Amino acid sequence: MSEQPRWREHYDATHLRDVPFETMSGVPVDPVHGDEPLPGQYPFTRGLHAAGYRSRLWTMRMFAGFGTAEDTNARFKEILRNGGTGLSTAFDMPTLMGYDSDSPWALGEVGRAGVAVDTLRDMEDLYADIDLSSVSTSMTINGPAAAVLAMYIAVGEKSGVARADLAGTIQNDILKEYQAQKEYIYPPRPSMRIVTDMIHYTSAEMPKWHPVSISGYHIREAGSTAAQELAFTLANGFAYVEAALAGGQDVDQFGRRLSFFFNAHSDFFEEIGKYRAARRIWARWMKGRYGATDERAMMCRFHTQTAGVSLTAQQPENNIARVAIQALSAALGGTQSLHTDSFDEALALPTEKAARIALRTQQIVAHETGVTNVVDPLGGAPYVEWMTDEMERQAEVIFAHLDELGNGSILEGVYAGIDNGYFVGEIADSAYRFEREVNAGRRIIVGVNDFVEGNEDDQTNLLRIDSTTEELQRKRLETVKHERDSVAVEAALASLRRAAEDASVNLMPPLIDAVKTYATEEEISNAMRDVFGTYVEQAIV
Amino acid sequence: MSAEPVIRIVLAKLGLDGHDRGIKVVARILRDAGMEVIYLGLRQTTASIIAAAEEEDADAIGLSMHNAGHLALAPAMLAALDEADLDIPLIIGGIVPDQDVPILEAAGVAAILGPGAPAEEVVAAVRNAVSA
Repeated sequence: MSEQPRWREHYDATHLRDVPFETMSGVPVDPVHGDEPLPGQYPFTRGLHAAGYRSRLWTMRMFAGFGTAEDTNARFKEILRNGGTGLSTAFDMPTLMGYDSDSPWALGEVGRAGVAVDTLRDMEDLYADIDLSSVSTSMTINGPAAAVLAMYIAVGEKSGVARADLAGTIQNDILKEYQAQKEYIYPPRPSMRIVTDMIHYTSAEMPKWHPVSISGYHIREAGSTAAQELAFTLANGFAYVEAALAGGQDVDQFGRRLSFFFNAHSDFFEEIGKYRAARRIWARWMKGRYGATDERAMMCRFHTQTAGVSLTAQQPENNIARVAIQALSAALGGTQSLHTDSFDEALALPTEKAARIALRTQQIVAHETGVTNVVDPLGGAPYVEWMTDEMERQAEVIFAHLDELGNGSILEGVYAGIDNGYFVGEIADSAYRFEREVNAGRRIIVGVNDFVEGNEDDQTNLLRIDSTTEELQRKRLETVKHERDSVAVEAALASLRRAAEDASVNLMPPLIDAVKTYATEEEISNAMRDVFGTYVEQAIV
Repeated sequence: MSAEPVIRIVLAKLGLDGHDRGIKVVARILRDAGMEVIYLGLRQTTASIIAAAEEEDADAIGLSMHNAGHLALAPAMLAALDEADLDIPLIIGGIVPDQDVPILEAAGVAAILGPGAPAEEVVAAVRNAVSA
């Protein structure tokens, strides 16, 4: 082993977990094997930290949200009791799209695919009796992310936690919405202004906050290949960097707060190569193209979620095996946090039992398999190194295309790719190619196009969202609207509108003022829709 | 070979649900099978779907639902078809738990296609619904 002094120095300075670093048969193992650059060293192909999971396991962050804020609050507490170490909030569709529960658009959607949040009151109930100074929270929301972050700040304030002590992540990756997830509100350019305002605000005020989680997850779920997921995600990352630089921000400062979110799909080595390539590409570009000098600003930290799209409705218990293998790839790829999907999620939101099995799955990977003893245990394996190089090569081809589209600007290239249908077209082509291969039997999906015996016996117990949720949530909203000071609401919305009209004003302070008056998410979004307009996607097959 | 009339089908996402991977794949499958596919895209309303179906003289409507809103949205679409006096079949694709299938069928949905339905099944479901 080519251990070198710089690595040793970092390793020795790291606080290690108090567990024996040996195999289950009692063989002691070295923390790192193979060649330089070692883990914790630029370009971080082999990991961000010298000691890897020896110092700290990944955060087991289970995504949850359904029904009313009280329903989800109870699930959060259950997750924390079961050893979950972070919270992750799923919002329902109306909330994600900037509509209230009483909007005609909300019909049939309230509390279905996540929790309904209309006003600050819902956020207060959502995090009630949870100590926000000790738990890190992730919130998966994009279009209305700024309003929801404002609500979280206000909840913290009310419970005596200063914004500087709030730790967590808000997804806020608007670019991939136009490419894959489709939960946008405003057109791309004003949306980017909101994102850069949030980066600016949190860099200055909230040192423990990650203002953007640049997400390939949804790009992959929508049908992309692994390399497209990698390339589109990092290109979006470059676009945020260019936008923040254009706003005069310091790359070494905001660069440290950017984080990523990848999909863990089923092709084991392709996924591991993807994670390793992501770290290397990000470090090289941040240093080489964007001039970062602080290594922390070159580090691609990422959350991973197992591939929802790989879950089958047929023989759903088989999904437990899929999730375990995908989770193992994320661990071997060096993820910072992980959500494991529940086996029943091809059918509905998970039951409590299914969600517990999913959490247990990652606990088994972490505590029983021994993979956490060694940093980047697959590093140096010829196939793994080749795959890492191949992922990088394919991604660089895509970066070159976007750079050309944008005349030397990735940001402009990404805008152009959104405008001309490049991203949605590429993703749809990949999705269709895959489906044809499955349909032709060239790819086997167990239980779907082969090994189908037993498909008729499925008796999976599903989580049902009570249809009274919608009515209940509308009543809650009505009560808040009745109790609040409507003059204060109107004044706050007017000042938000003025701030939106003036690109030199940061939107966060007026948003925080507005949510404190219990202005609804839709009222806030409408104030900004008035100024920014709304985005309508061209329907392309 | 007798020239069968080309089936014209309007495909759309009704409401806020943005999961469009499946419906785009279905659009290509139906197109490859020789049908005329009019894909309206995301965030459609019952009114916009009815208008398109009338204007395009559609033989069927296909909606994709992945957000568990099908028990509210499918009946709303059927009611809108009734009100417009438009007698064409409604086909639902996406995530519909088994126990909801009879409810939707009883309400008048012509066919329900779950995740992983093979291309032949998708094409046959549309053909059967239109000729029924």
